Amino acid sequence: MAERKLSKMERVEDVGRTTVAFVESVGNGGILVAESIYWLLFGVRERQPVRLSAVIHQMMEIGVRAIPIIFMLTGTIGVMLAIQGIHTLRIFGAESRVTIGIAFSVVREFAPLITGILVAGRSGSALAARIGTMKINQEIDALKVMGINPTRFLVVPALLAMLVMVPALTLFGIFTGLFAAGLYVNADLGISLAAYAHDTIDILSLDDLGHGLGKSVIFAILIAVIGVVNGAGVQGGAEGVGTATTRAVVQSISAIIVTDMLFAFVATR
Amino acid sequence: MSRNPATILEERNKRQRPQSGPDAVIEVEDLVTHYGDRMILQGVSMEVREKEIMVIMGGSGSGKSTLLRHLMALENKTSGTMRILGYDIDKISRKEFLEVRKKLGVAFQSGALFSSMTVGDNIMLPLYEHTDLDPLTMEIMARMKLEVVELSGFEDLMPSELSGGMIKRAAFARAIVMDPRVLFCDEPSAGLDPVVASALDDLILDMRDAMGMSIVVVTHELDSAFKIADRITILDRGKILMIGTVEEVLKSKSDRVQALLNRTPEEDVMDPDEYLDRLVGESNPGTAHL
Repeated sequence: MAERKLSKMERVEDVGRTTVAFVESVGNGGILVAESIYWLLFGVRERQPVRLSAVIHQMMEIGVRAIPIIFMLTGTIGVMLAIQGIHTLRIFGAESRVTIGIAFSVVREFAPLITGILVAGRSGSALAARIGTMKINQEIDALKVMGINPTRFLVVPALLAMLVMVPALTLFGIFTGLFAAGLYVNADLGISLAAYAHDTIDILSLDDLGHGLGKSVIFAILIAVIGVVNGAGVQGGAEGVGTATTRAVVQSISAIIVTDMLFAFVATR
Repeated sequence: MSRNPATILEERNKRQRPQSGPDAVIEVEDLVTHYGDRMILQGVSMEVREKEIMVIMGGSGSGKSTLLRHLMALENKTSGTMRILGYDIDKISRKEFLEVRKKLGVAFQSGALFSSMTVGDNIMLPLYEHTDLDPLTMEIMARMKLEVVELSGFEDLMPSELSGGMIKRAAFARAIVMDPRVLFCDEPSAGLDPVVASALDDLILDMRDAMGMSIVVVTHELDSAFKIADRITILDRGKILMIGTVEEVLKSKSDRVQALLNRTPEEDVMDPDEYLDRLVGESNPGTAHL
């Protein structure tokens, strides 16, 4: 059926509805974080503690199973940075200084960003799909009737696992990226791995590492909250789950990139 | 299909039914609820007594599923009062609410088993969350409940490996694992073949007789309702049409009740101008887009 042309008033209404939905999502996300903190702190007192086994299970899913792909992609990014860096610096005859560019780029920018995007695509989508499917299958209702708080049971373990595993994967990505870049630099420029490592440690400060890891903590919260809010908002059947999953990935990645830019702006002032 | 009341009552009398208690486990008074601007329940008042099987019936869109969700305290109402196990749910503390919830069990239409857990883990979940029992005792209790629903030996399977009837029985096992005082069943026999559906009806009766729980069943299956119900609540467009025993329902003189029992569709007389307006859509900017 042909789509009906919307009147100006209807367009304004659409914008209004979208704005309200966005504000509502942000509000839901805030409530979710507050509720998660509450259950984390007072769960034991309420006789509904957060189960360590559930957190470990989520850590395995989010973190350990992501190691191969993080290894492959951060390694590739490291090599790519080395290639581009050497190519650019060769113009000025300063290719031996490539270590500076690689070290700052990997630690402050690429390792956290690539890790965040990968976790959003892999685990944020899985979280949205899982919660969405549970909602349409009435599993969330079943939890409520059983007296099990869904935030405590489903969200807190995922959020905690993200908070631990995203920075851990970022750290792993930093080492992998730097190491892979070092191998290329060694092959191309003949700089030994020991000299490369020495230069890298010399250049980097704890602030740089804190910058990268600090960002990854914010990314972890964004991925978990966006995944849960989209999953919990699923309407309809399987199609609704698909839509929510796609939306969760797009929103997470967008939020990560925007946050990354804001973080870089604030941190470099 | 017209049903002979005498045959239905004779069938029912083959099984001895325990007397339901005088106390109400659930009391609803003047319940009003909306979804957006649409009023779904319009002043519903009813009660579920101790050890009785209350069947809620009604046509599609009559509000029976919404009423069930309210009875399980899963929805926010617009107005009215509701007491579950003696507690007014508007005045209840969080701790008391949790205690009330532990005494409710629910078997959803889809079963709502957690797909990432085995059948056994699904059944043990309420025990794991709410008791300090050791794992072996929990396993034994789960096996006992699986035995009740004739699913022993299936505890290590995943829900995806079970048939529709088995999923519903496993959901019953999970619903009764904490020995609830009230059990809610949403369309227990929907989508099942008549033999399996009849076996589930027997299971509901057995659970009430053996465990003395009150059971609220939402169904549109007349045979099932007549077999298991102590009393029936009939909803129509968000209002209660009648509440009564099976005999009272069968002998009701109400045209709407008889139409429901005989599955006669309601005559929908529509104003031609209104129909045309609805088709054209553009004449009314407030309506949904085609």
